[in-house]
Amino acid sequence: MNNIQAFTAIMLAAACTLLMRALPFTLLGKRQEIPEVIRYLGNILPAAIMAVLIVYCLKSVPMDFGGTGMYQLLAAGVCVLLHVWKKNTLFSIVGSTAFYMILLQFA
Amino acid sequence: MGSYLFVSMSYGLLMQEAGYRWGWSLLVSMTVYTGAFQFVLITFLSSGASLLTIALTALFMNSRQFFYGLSFVEEFRQMGKRYPYMVHTMTDETYAANCALQMQQEQRAKESDQKMGQNEKKAVPEEDEKNIAKSLENIRKRDEMFWIALFSRISWMLGAVAGGVIGQSIPVELTGIDFCMTALFVTIFVDQWRSAKSHIPALLGLGCGVVLLLLVGPDYFLLPTLILVSGILLLIRGTMNSAVGAASGEEAVEHE
Repeated sequence: MNNIQAFTAIMLAAACTLLMRALPFTLLGKRQEIPEVIRYLGNILPAAIMAVLIVYCLKSVPMDFGGTGMYQLLAAGVCVLLHVWKKNTLFSIVGSTAFYMILLQFA
Repeated sequence: MGSYLFVSMSYGLLMQEAGYRWGWSLLVSMTVYTGAFQFVLITFLSSGASLLTIALTALFMNSRQFFYGLSFVEEFRQMGKRYPYMVHTMTDETYAANCALQMQQEQRAKESDQKMGQNEKKAVPEEDEKNIAKSLENIRKRDEMFWIALFSRISWMLGAVAGGVIGQSIPVELTGIDFCMTALFVTIFVDQWRSAKSHIPALLGLGCGVVLLLLVGPDYFLLPTLILVSGILLLIRGTMNSAVGAASGEEAVEHE
C-alpha cells in the first residue's frame, strides 16, 4: 500500500471502531430495553470471534507445517499452559513469545 | 497494565518491521486504539487487503466494544464533558477495570446497608447522609474511571512509539516477535473460556476457522468465517439460550 492508501485504511478502521463504540450510546438514546438478539450476541460472539482470530494468526501453519508451523502450534500450546497456570497476561505473552523466538533460533 | 506497555511496544516493533515508522503507529494508536484489531490491521496494511475487508473486520472485531459499552451507558452519560472520551477509550482492559470498580462499589453499598439495618432506629437524617455519601462515592468512582482510561491510552501510545523507535535504532534479532499477537489472542481466549457458561461458541469459532482455512486458503478465509460463525450462532439461538440460561448481561473478561 502507498501512504495515501494506508492512511485511508487507517481512517476507515478508526471510523468503524468508533462507530462500534458509540453505537450502544446512540442506539439506547431513549429506550432502556436492549433487544434480546443483541444481548444474546453480546454473550456469545466475543468468544467465537477470538477463536477465529487465533486461527487467523495461525493461518500459515497448514502450508508450512515442516517450517515454522509446528513451532507456532507448540508456542500457542505453551501460551495456553502458562495462562492456565499463572493467569497473568503479561507472563503468558512474554513467555510464549520468547519460547517461539528461541525455537526459531535454535531448533 | 504492564501487559499494556509490552503489547503496545511489540505493536510498534511489528509496524516498524512492516515498514511503518513510529509516526504511523502513533496515528493508529490515537485514532483506532484497540489492541487486537491494530495487530490485524498491520497484516492488512502489508498485504494490501481491500477496504471492504478492513471495514467489516473492524466492525466484527470491535463488536466486543459495543457490548462493553452497553453495560456502561448510564454511568458514562453522567460524566459530562468526559463522556465522549470514555466512549472512545473503552477497551478490554478498561472494561475489566471499570467492572471491578463497579463491583467494589456495590459491595460497599451492601455492607453499609447491613450496618444501617443493625441500627435501624436512627431515622430520616441518616438517609440524607447516606445519599450524600453515595453521590460523593459516585464522583470518586467516575474520576477513577477517567484516570484509568487516560492512563491506559497514554501508556498505549507511548509503548507504540517506543517500540517503533527501538525497532528503528537497535538492530536486534527479532524474528518471531510477531508471535506476541497470537499469544495476546490466546490469553484473551483462555480468559473468556474460563468465564463462559458454554464453550460451543469458542469451539464453533475454532472449527469453522480451521475448515474454512483449509477450504478457502489463508488469504481470504477470515471474513467468510466471521460471517458463517455469526450466522450459525444466530440459527442455534434457541438451543444456545436454553444451554446458557437466559442471556445474562456481563461476562467480565479478566485481565491481570
